[in-house]
Amino acid sequence: MKGELLSANHAAALAATLAARANRFGRGFCSGVYPITPSTECMEFLCNQTIEKGKVVRVESEHSAMGVCIGAAAAGARSFTATASNGLAYMAENCVAAASLRLPIVLTVANRTLGPPWNIWADHGDALMLRDLGLIQFYCADNQEVFDTVLAAFRLAEDPRVLMPVMVCMEGFILSHTVAQTDVPSQEEVDAFLPPTRVPQQLGTTPHSLGQIELPRQTEAHRKQHHEAMRGAQAVLDEVCAEFERTFQRELPGAVVPYSMEDAETVIVSLGTMGLTAERVVNRLRERGQKVGALRVRLFRPLPVQELRRQLAGKRRLAVLDRDLSVGLGGILWCELRGIADPGALVQNYLTGLGGGDVCPEHLERILEDLCSRSEAGDPVFLEDL
Amino acid sequence: MMNEPLLGGMAQTVLDRGEPLLRPGNTNCGGCGMSNLMQMLRRAVADRPVQLIIPACCGAIAAGSFPQSGYGAPTLLTTFASAAAAASGAANVAQLNGEETRVICLAGDGGTYDIGFATMSAAAERNEDILYICYDNEIYGNTGGQRSSATPAGAVTSNTPGGKKEEKKDLMAIMAAHRIPYAASLSLAHADDTMRKLRHALDLKGFRFLHVLSPCPTGWKSEPALGIELVRLAVRSGIFPVFEVFDGQRHQINIEPDFSDEALEMYLSLQRRFQRSGLKAADLRPAIDRHWQNLRVLSGRIVPAKRV
Repeated sequence: MKGELLSANHAAALAATLAARANRFGRGFCSGVYPITPSTECMEFLCNQTIEKGKVVRVESEHSAMGVCIGAAAAGARSFTATASNGLAYMAENCVAAASLRLPIVLTVANRTLGPPWNIWADHGDALMLRDLGLIQFYCADNQEVFDTVLAAFRLAEDPRVLMPVMVCMEGFILSHTVAQTDVPSQEEVDAFLPPTRVPQQLGTTPHSLGQIELPRQTEAHRKQHHEAMRGAQAVLDEVCAEFERTFQRELPGAVVPYSMEDAETVIVSLGTMGLTAERVVNRLRERGQKVGALRVRLFRPLPVQELRRQLAGKRRLAVLDRDLSVGLGGILWCELRGIADPGALVQNYLTGLGGGDVCPEHLERILEDLCSRSEAGDPVFLEDL
Repeated sequence: MMNEPLLGGMAQTVLDRGEPLLRPGNTNCGGCGMSNLMQMLRRAVADRPVQLIIPACCGAIAAGSFPQSGYGAPTLLTTFASAAAAASGAANVAQLNGEETRVICLAGDGGTYDIGFATMSAAAERNEDILYICYDNEIYGNTGGQRSSATPAGAVTSNTPGGKKEEKKDLMAIMAAHRIPYAASLSLAHADDTMRKLRHALDLKGFRFLHVLSPCPTGWKSEPALGIELVRLAVRSGIFPVFEVFDGQRHQINIEPDFSDEALEMYLSLQRRFQRSGLKAADLRPAIDRHWQNLRVLSGRIVPAKRV
């Protein structure tokens, strides 16, 4: 284990490189890549590595990047790609295919606002657009978490009980371009953590078709299998986290990250780096005697419903932060949590940092003041209007 | 069952691949050119291990419904624009594992000329180890017969009711401009030439492009039994040049047309798609002449003086 100064983009690429090399005794590694701000440095780093039994294909679009990954995974190889924003939107069609073909591809997303109008800064709306397609989604809060989650994502995606693509999301620039000390394990440790990839449905020599026509009942059966496998992925994630800790002597956070939740009456719920800001605000307010807690949702699909319900039981006031907007309804995390929080709880949505706006502790303090002044929840509140 | 006339009277032999590539009982229309092609491809493939990568097209339907498979080889069905990308992945993995697997894209003209064009062009530019076969029925057959950029001028389609105005895209020229190791147009009516090209393309490494004029009785509004004859007329009249290009450089014309108006009129009159627009042989002749003038130059033949 050695510490290195890495941006989250480079951390993700280094984790993917180690995972790629770990499959040299399997069917190797093949990846399709295409640059887009702010995920570009991830593919650049990957293209500069020497990977035994590995090939990185520099394609002409994100759509084809995922296309290459699909072909590679269907041929039994380990596969990885990285993108953001409009690249992810352009890739979406093949993300559906990768998910429904149940191919264990790992995809990192440096979250960025969708355009035009062009905006290169962080917004979770790009990844959340793929919410319902059957890809597992993680949202990370620091560089170490990005590195560790990418490694764990391969293990999770390739588990025979899971077998589906995993997205590892990091906010563009806030994480993707921020350099931090990151612990990097040795190749031997990664080899021990990641057994050779096995894709049971892979194209071999026996004639069979992958992705052919299905009739309605067959599709229903396959959706059900996919759904159950994704629900089951939570239990597999627990195993993966335990195995991760055993191998690397470092803890990997699971589906949700609670902070000072035990006696909290008011809770800030969020995705990604805003969760760390919330923790700092919790510290400040606790010093003033306020019973505030923070809950960071790391695993968004499958949504850890039971764990969230357990954490939110008895909590009277929730400020749900969304760096995303389902236009015409509200924040996406908020939409999902309304059905999970206690029936009597006041669940108020705050749209924070849309289009990459900086979210500071002071903003969250204002949000909590607003929350405490309310007798009932209202429409989602834009940070602008506070 | 092998189609004997198609294979020049040759019956199935021990040299043939035991398993057909396109299995009997598939959903292709009667008289589909792609069915003929797959029979010939079976013989050409022989005992080579192959994988088929098929984007959305009639070929995707021919794969049959889950869990049966219409293809006698491992097959991946991809999104419309992704055949060449997915094939790049599969071909690279085969290479990394030292496998001799020939990765074959089987795509229609929509997935090749139009929506999949950038993907295919990029794979060709990277010289991926892929055999890309476009079975060109000059129409979006799967969605009920709309124009594509492969539809010839004058053809009536479901969204060009008065006949398409624009000329067919010259894809062979575009593929030659990629300087790929091999590009060839194939005539289903000329079995020997086609078998030779299929075998040559299967043996080569790198990106190989084969263009097959594939009769579509449903879209062309033609008699299913006349498909091969229509291809023969297309070749004879010069409207479908049969040639090959090595490394984007050496052009070789394989079958010499007679350029007769008789063949062209016959080709047009046997397809109802050309009748409603009132297209005549004389309307097409200038474009055919221009195309061949260019081909003659490229193939190093003396350009005949233009008759007045």
